[in-house]
Amino acid sequence: MKTTRVLAASLLAVGLSFTAARSETAHSPNPPRESWSFAGIFGKFDQAQLQRGFQVYREVCSNCHSMNLVRFRNLAESGGPGFNAGQIKALAAEYKVKELNDNGEEIERNARPADAWPSPFPNEKAAAAANGGKAPPDFSVLAKARTFERGFPLFVVDAMPFVGYSEQGVDYIHALLNGYEEPPAGKDVPDGAHYNKYMDGNLIAMAKPLSDGQVTYAKGANGEPVVPETVEQYSRDVAAFMAWAAEPHLEARKALGFRVILFLILLSGLLYYVKKRVWADVGGEVHGLQPELHKAG
Amino acid sequence: MANTVPTPDTATGAADGSRRDFLYLATGSALAVGMAAAAWPFVASMAPDAATVAAGAPLDVDLAPIQDGQIVNVFWRGKLIFVRNRTEKEIKELSEVKLADLIQPQADSDRVKEGHAKWLVVYGNCTHLGCVPIGHQGQYDGWSCPCHGSLFDASGRVRRGPAPSNLPIPPYVFEGDTKIRIGEEAGKAVA
Amino acid sequence: MSAHGTAYVPKSRLAKWFETRLPLVGLVHSSFVSFPVPRNLNYFWTFGAILMLMLGVQIVSGIWLAMHYDPSATAAFNSVEHIMRDVNYGWLLRYMHANGASMFFVAVYIHMFRGLYYGSYKAPREVLYILGVIIYLLMMATAFLGYTLPWGQMSYWGATVITNILAAIPVVGDTIQSLLWGGYSVGSPTLNRFFSLHYLMPFMIVGVVVLHVWALHVTGQNNPTGIPIKSGKDAVPFTPYATIKDVFAATVFMVFFAYWIFYQPNYLGHADNYVPANPGVTPKHIVPEWYFLPFYAILRAVPDKLGGVILMFGAVLILAFAPWLDTSRVRSANYRPIYRQFFWLFVVVCIVLGWLGAKPPEGGYVIASQICTFYYFAHFLIVMPLVGLFETPNRLPGSILESVTGPGKQVHGGSGMPVGAAAAPPSKG
Repeated sequence: MKTTRVLAASLLAVGLSFTAARSETAHSPNPPRESWSFAGIFGKFDQAQLQRGFQVYREVCSNCHSMNLVRFRNLAESGGPGFNAGQIKALAAEYKVKELNDNGEEIERNARPADAWPSPFPNEKAAAAANGGKAPPDFSVLAKARTFERGFPLFVVDAMPFVGYSEQGVDYIHALLNGYEEPPAGKDVPDGAHYNKYMDGNLIAMAKPLSDGQVTYAKGANGEPVVPETVEQYSRDVAAFMAWAAEPHLEARKALGFRVILFLILLSGLLYYVKKRVWADVGGEVHGLQPELHKAG
Repeated sequence: MANTVPTPDTATGAADGSRRDFLYLATGSALAVGMAAAAWPFVASMAPDAATVAAGAPLDVDLAPIQDGQIVNVFWRGKLIFVRNRTEKEIKELSEVKLADLIQPQADSDRVKEGHAKWLVVYGNCTHLGCVPIGHQGQYDGWSCPCHGSLFDASGRVRRGPAPSNLPIPPYVFEGDTKIRIGEEAGKAVA
Repeated sequence: MSAHGTAYVPKSRLAKWFETRLPLVGLVHSSFVSFPVPRNLNYFWTFGAILMLMLGVQIVSGIWLAMHYDPSATAAFNSVEHIMRDVNYGWLLRYMHANGASMFFVAVYIHMFRGLYYGSYKAPREVLYILGVIIYLLMMATAFLGYTLPWGQMSYWGATVITNILAAIPVVGDTIQSLLWGGYSVGSPTLNRFFSLHYLMPFMIVGVVVLHVWALHVTGQNNPTGIPIKSGKDAVPFTPYATIKDVFAATVFMVFFAYWIFYQPNYLGHADNYVPANPGVTPKHIVPEWYFLPFYAILRAVPDKLGGVILMFGAVLILAFAPWLDTSRVRSANYRPIYRQFFWLFVVVCIVLGWLGAKPPEGGYVIASQICTFYYFAHFLIVMPLVGLFETPNRLPGSILESVTGPGKQVHGGSGMPVGAAAAPPSKG
């Protein structure tokens, strides 16, 4: 009955050829995989990068994109951009939030660290109306809400330790911001749309948001720029910032995970020897998953 | 073959026994430590979360609109706080109370900020079981608790049980003569 | 452990007093201490204990999440993010619960395939097995209900698609659908009742698990040879032998589980579920969680709504008939050379169906789904009855002990179990 196995394998092969055939047609190219400081088992955010990314968000993106789930105080919490409490208090005070006073009238007061990042539009309908019918997506979890398919067998590799890949959303955002190009000949770009290599269907409502030199970063000690002020760098920084906004406890998660897994492996080792000792009393244990299959007689 | 190893009967010397005991002890302790560690996040998650803690930041209260004799309710960290503008007569009477007559002896002057004897700021839940006492009621003209009849004077001191102690005073500071900041002490927000 | 396999005898007066009024300790003792376990169980048999662990993890983490979750359409998404951002270790609780569901299914699928391979569904274990199928059904319902709770796009559209499936049921379908919705579409009332039911069902699972374990302890465990315990030498007492093995295996499984929680927490979910539910926009690919994909492929293999629904439910229900569809008198596929090949083909077909379920329903994928769906049912309806009739099984070992040591050899030491304990199920409970 080797034939059944051959049959199964060929079935699989036929299936695989469908994916290969599909991915080359209709879809936009997959974003290139970038290297991120927060990827991998020991990943940590680059504080300076998060601060720059926040600056890009604040000066450019936040004119249209809300970030409702992020509070001012989050910017000072550990594992984040690392601003101090005083900076955050001053930053918050630059913004106004609405609340009701004791007489039920709507008043404006200075924002406090506990307040959410203020939205650029009063509500979602207003945001949609001001942006051609569709509200610009909120940034809070956007880096986790975007992804792309890598197909078999890469999706299996992506799940594995050390070679795994879970930054698809961040790469997508970075690629998208760099994906504005002249449309190829024959591609019809309607009014209010823009050609973007990485957007699904290649048409995006957002005009190219970043240009070289648009945001002025703080200079280094010697007065020289620390990083280039280019679209490439801006998009990289803001994508990293969005990765943090979507997963503010990433550093704590990875650090705790390392300790938990290490402990569990040590415990497994101890338990293995205990089990061996215990079973020695009855002449040893049967090992493996199916030892009986490999035993003669 | 592990399956046909000879009986361990021959190998149960004292040395082996103590090694076995150590292995069992080490594994048992590791299991216990692991379980305790696993319980920690569950316990910690029940503590006030970051949003609640942040929302508990100090609260400014403007005293200017509060009339003589008026009691105003404010909330800080979800807790009710009475701010009472006391009359001269009340203050005078309170200062004459003999401390020995009190359930929890405390001078009125110790319950207000120096130079601001007019203003009493106390938590608004009865120290018996947490009901809200009603102001300007009872024979001491402070508060009277509707649940079990505890009476407080205009200094928030308990004068008749079952409440065991005086209404506690929240941390606050005066920011000028007509503004207090609740939740701050010695220039720092309380934890 | 000098008294292997003996019944519990209360020592103190208090214990005696209690035991004569409620023999609880004796019951636990006979079920988890002195219970005779075939000595040749391999690691596939540890998944029962791993499933108990996962059920516990899901119930505990779920109860803790419910302390912070808000089941209304306007607040659900943000309350989940509140758990992720503000609650101390909230991210851990949520990732534990979300990935725990996947791990639960990993373990249950291994457990089920083990049962199918070794013929654990055959007499006298039919009731034990059917209780298992019921647990699996309850698990699927619980998982589906739970997936709607974050109220993202996949939650919303998954709920919409599945409730529309129920509308295909003739005559009563529309009524069932509107009772589930509590409105004219999936909305806040739906989310509220789904939360309520999601909280209820795990406790129903606990109830059936108790019956499942009870039935197991009446019939005793199957084993890789499929032949019953014949003498005390075939068995060892549950404690410490099976206990320590289960604890070890469960700890290794937790390493695997922890990897997903801490390093790939969103891999098994869908990115679209981080987009708040929007009744006006459907995600490009609506795909259920991975553990439902084979059934989803079966659903879409048929171009007819009712037909697809019948096949999908049939694919689960047919499991319950395996004890009577399999005509072989040999339990374990280890001794069934032909059936064993078909079994592995069945496993491959299930995996391919899972992969197809994630693909868009068009072109070659549909044809492949139809071929696989055909084999899925043929395995139960044709292969199981026919192979059992025509196959010549290999020679079975004389006893469990012989399968471990080889024929004619003796195990030194190891007193084994009293035969009586092995032959007669604990009857005092």
